[in-house]
Amino acid sequence: MRRLSPVAVVALLVILAWAVAAILAPLIAPFPPGRIVTRDTLADISARFPLGSDYLGRDMLSRVLHGARYTMGIALVSTTLACLMGVTLGLTAAARGGWFDMTASRILDAMISVPSLLAALVVVSSLGSSIPVLIGAAAVIYTPGAYRLSRAVAVNIAAMDFVTVARARGEGTLYIIAAEILPNMILPVLTDFGLRFVFVVLLLTGMSFLGLGIQPPAADWGTLVRENIEGLSYGAPAVIMPALAIATLTISVNALIDRIPGAGQGDSR
Amino acid sequence: MSAHVSVSGLRVTVAAAEGGRAAIVDDVGFAIARGEVLALIGESGSGKTTIALAMMGYARQGCRIDGGQIRIGETDVLALSAAGLAGLRGGRVAYIPQSAAAAFNPAQRLMTQVTESARIHGLLDRAAAERKAIELFRALALPEPETLGERFPHQVSGGQLQRITAAMALISDPDLVILDEPTTALDVTTQIEVLRAFKSVVRERNTTAIYVSHDLAVVAQMADRIVVLRHGKMQEEAPTAQLLAAPAHPYTRALLAAFNPPVRAPDAPPEAAPLLEVRGLVAGYGPAGRDGMPALPVLHDVGFTIPRGSVLGVIGESGCGKSTLARVIAGLLPAARGNVKLDGAELPARVADRTRDQLRRVQIVFQSADTALNPARSVRDILARPLAFYHGLKGDAARKRVDALLDMVRLPASLAERPPGALSGGQKQRVNFARALAAEPELILCDEVTSALDAVVGAAVLDLLGELKRELGLSYLFISHDLSTVRSICDQVMILYFGRRLEYARSGAMLVRPMHPYSDLLIASVPEMRTGWLEGAAPAHEATVVRNAAGCTFAPRCAAAVPGLCDSTPPPLRQLSKGAEILCHLDEATLRHTQPDDRKTP
Repeated sequence: MRRLSPVAVVALLVILAWAVAAILAPLIAPFPPGRIVTRDTLADISARFPLGSDYLGRDMLSRVLHGARYTMGIALVSTTLACLMGVTLGLTAAARGGWFDMTASRILDAMISVPSLLAALVVVSSLGSSIPVLIGAAAVIYTPGAYRLSRAVAVNIAAMDFVTVARARGEGTLYIIAAEILPNMILPVLTDFGLRFVFVVLLLTGMSFLGLGIQPPAADWGTLVRENIEGLSYGAPAVIMPALAIATLTISVNALIDRIPGAGQGDSR
Repeated sequence: MSAHVSVSGLRVTVAAAEGGRAAIVDDVGFAIARGEVLALIGESGSGKTTIALAMMGYARQGCRIDGGQIRIGETDVLALSAAGLAGLRGGRVAYIPQSAAAAFNPAQRLMTQVTESARIHGLLDRAAAERKAIELFRALALPEPETLGERFPHQVSGGQLQRITAAMALISDPDLVILDEPTTALDVTTQIEVLRAFKSVVRERNTTAIYVSHDLAVVAQMADRIVVLRHGKMQEEAPTAQLLAAPAHPYTRALLAAFNPPVRAPDAPPEAAPLLEVRGLVAGYGPAGRDGMPALPVLHDVGFTIPRGSVLGVIGESGCGKSTLARVIAGLLPAARGNVKLDGAELPARVADRTRDQLRRVQIVFQSADTALNPARSVRDILARPLAFYHGLKGDAARKRVDALLDMVRLPASLAERPPGALSGGQKQRVNFARALAAEPELILCDEVTSALDAVVGAAVLDLLGELKRELGLSYLFISHDLSTVRSICDQVMILYFGRRLEYARSGAMLVRPMHPYSDLLIASVPEMRTGWLEGAAPAHEATVVRNAAGCTFAPRCAAAVPGLCDSTPPPLRQLSKGAEILCHLDEATLRHTQPDDRKTP
């Protein structure tokens, strides 16, 4: 087992810190996120409010911690769904080929041609914004990408002799997918999962920033940037801190998946 | 004569699994005079390519040149800076790789790539470099040397591409050329032309060269002196003729012996009941036309019989349809016409339509053991699957059977828990066979099973195949491009050329002249283990694809072709008195006349 590089270790620690923060937010947040605790709005960093206060005088630390639950939770569920659907379809297309591959590839190619933010805006504005709608929209939007990658990887594996041997033995498609192909594509799929997670975080925070994502009083990091945007001209931490949260999370995930040992080589040398 | 290139005490190490560094090349030293060709010979893992790369001051990732000295002319290679090395490589030392196809950029014209190193090193201006390239193309006997450079790599044949790599290497008049197995991937008939071209330019230009190969017969044609390597250490160094005639080291003798496997008398009477009968097989790729013929037909009217307990060899150059034949019999590619009978019962064309018992009785083993074993699963899992699939064996019974199978292919049971990546090439090929044996088959389709292995390892695998055949009463369809391999194991031989069965003979009769002119060409193209063979060998034209030809497909290459007959009328099936069937217009007397008997059989 090759060791992780120092950059990957730092990235992993940042991701873990955010994950712990999201899980433990109700326990470690100093104040309830919705309570107005000071009259000093858009306040600077202080001992009592380590990340300052927001435009209504709520504690920013508590709001960022709770925001992590929305941002990371929704992104995790959407990405998992997108990858599950994409990988399942991609593997089936690669193993079966023929008309199934043709049809699935063309339909998903058509979907990929619609800009993701535009598609999300259309879905949310027609169905209304709620957490299930956001999750569903993000999952469907990022399925074609996951499909493309997993199909491309699986097609290469399906052409290998050990898959031909399994076919000649009389094995069914399901066995070939599960036992012969899938174990050899875990790494690229894992890498793709990380990348897609970053995309979903950016889509989600972008939607919230436009006011179409998580609705007040609940707030994810995108909503936090939006509601405190007037503080930008004063350099208020209330607008900088959630933006920093988004940046540290996405950059860390990217840095980590770039450095997974063996990823991107697709073999077991 | 003072040494032009000298190496002493060369040591290359790799990080060892248990810490520290292990030597993969240890205390190697030799000297090469100007204009001399030195061969490095050995099996895979002997360190021959590592030494060749070290000559350019390069070590592969994870390796390190840890000691020794390499001098080329006045230059101490290992003392050079990175910039000095960059000036050396491609300029004063040139490298010709095994796979020409992988060495060319498919998106650039050949001329651009051939002249690149001369331009990078500022040795020649563009016009001079192109003139020189054309001169080299001509010297390498390439067709249309003036316009060849305008083509892209995919527009020339594999043998031509390999010769163009030589032009690429020689354009800068290097002090040293390294040829790393440059003909290993080629067919014998192609190899002979490439060797001839290499030899003539190397002689003409008085080039100093290192020729890396595992094939002693090829080296015998090219090299002045041979260094025999094993496990990174030098075993023997001697002039070529002396080494072949009187090998001093036991390992050299073993190498020479492995190269010429003994011819075995067929031990299965062809009168035995037929196990596999194939009649009028037509198959190919692409969508089927209105008449049911595939867009790209590969096999044309192929038929044969494999008696129970016997071995049929299938020989042909790449692209002749031998692998397609195995795929059709295995049910992976449905035939357009013809039928396949197993034990008298018709086999359905598709895997999906065959019963589990029919599937069990025919197993397939592929050439490349690397890609034939799933890298993500252990040897035990790989072998246990067919046991569960065909025989319903599970748990303890399956464990015992896997151990028995490993024993059957002479592998220790301790290998069972390892992934295929932790096995050597020969071990992987044995696991491959064990997996086929797990099904308890009657027929095994062997697709070039020894081609990727070293001679000694390949010979051991062949021995194993023979033993298993006798012990278990197996039959094989044995596909190979190597005549001597086929000769040592087969009872019958079938020669395919662009999907047509040109000759079908008992193995003993195979090498008896008269034979089909194509068989004659193939046999004459196999290098012999003596110096000077290449100079005496007849020229072999490269294969040209003739689709939908009216006459004989082999006519354009045939030395004995009769104009007006062979190129316009399909050849008839002829019986030869030695016990063979051929597709040829010429009768036995005429063939005997065109095939002088003074050529020794390999």
